[in-house]
Amino acid sequence: MDRIPILRIGDVLLVSIQIDLQDQTALALQDDLSSKIVETGAKGVLIDISALEIVDSFIGRMISTTAAVSRVLDAETVVVGMQPAVAITLVELGLTLDGVRTALDVDRGLALLSSALGKAGSDVEVDDLAHE
Amino acid sequence: MWKSMTSPTSESEATLTLAIVNDGDVVRGRQAVRDLAVSAKLSLVDQTKLVTATSELARNTLVYGGGGELRASIVSEGGRQGVEVEFIDDGPGIPDLDLALTDGWTSGSGLGLGLSGAKRLVEDFEVDSAPGRGTRVRIVKWKR
Repeated sequence: MDRIPILRIGDVLLVSIQIDLQDQTALALQDDLSSKIVETGAKGVLIDISALEIVDSFIGRMISTTAAVSRVLDAETVVVGMQPAVAITLVELGLTLDGVRTALDVDRGLALLSSALGKAGSDVEVDDLAHE
Repeated sequence: MWKSMTSPTSESEATLTLAIVNDGDVVRGRQAVRDLAVSAKLSLVDQTKLVTATSELARNTLVYGGGGELRASIVSEGGRQGVEVEFIDDGPGIPDLDLALTDGWTSGSGLGLGLSGAKRLVEDFEVDSAPGRGTRVRIVKWKR
């Protein structure tokens, strides 16, 4: 089974999903992220789904659960890069991704996290974007 | 709602058959249906809707039907083209179809959007199921 790498940048964990997700891989990612948040004390999680061609109810639930678990572990989750066709399909399918923050791309996602975290302790320089 | 495919127009060219027995097969099913949708020149949004519906239904075949088969083909009717996908299993069947098609209702651990959500994503949607007789779902997404 494939595993999705999790990168740490300052206080943020960055995940970029570049493969067609099997259910077990999605579940493993959810578990790995929870462990990594505790292990690193990360305050933010950024999930880039720009390469995902579909988000079905299973992947949608993985994203919602990850955001909820992160919150309990004192970290904010932002999902970035959703393709327009995926967004249209997701809404029609009936998924609302309640409680999940989204941004158009990684830059904006980092800016959102940065402002949410008050920038304290973050190494990520996104000052310009944060003022947009 | 279901449009009969028995009209003597050019029926499907070739039917692609894929066993659905594990997670990886669901992914392969999605990819195969995506390829057909591209060949049938569906728009990107329609491709995405069809592939998403396929993912939901193939997962149902695996999780609730205990595995089964996916059959996909390009079909045409009255000059329009579409992609037809069938999901067939010999599982326990669906006792109450109306209930199973209700948003949010689930017999398992899912969100309850599989059947009802998939139905919203395609034009033609047909379920044939009864307790002990397995389940067969047939969907078609037509090129607009």
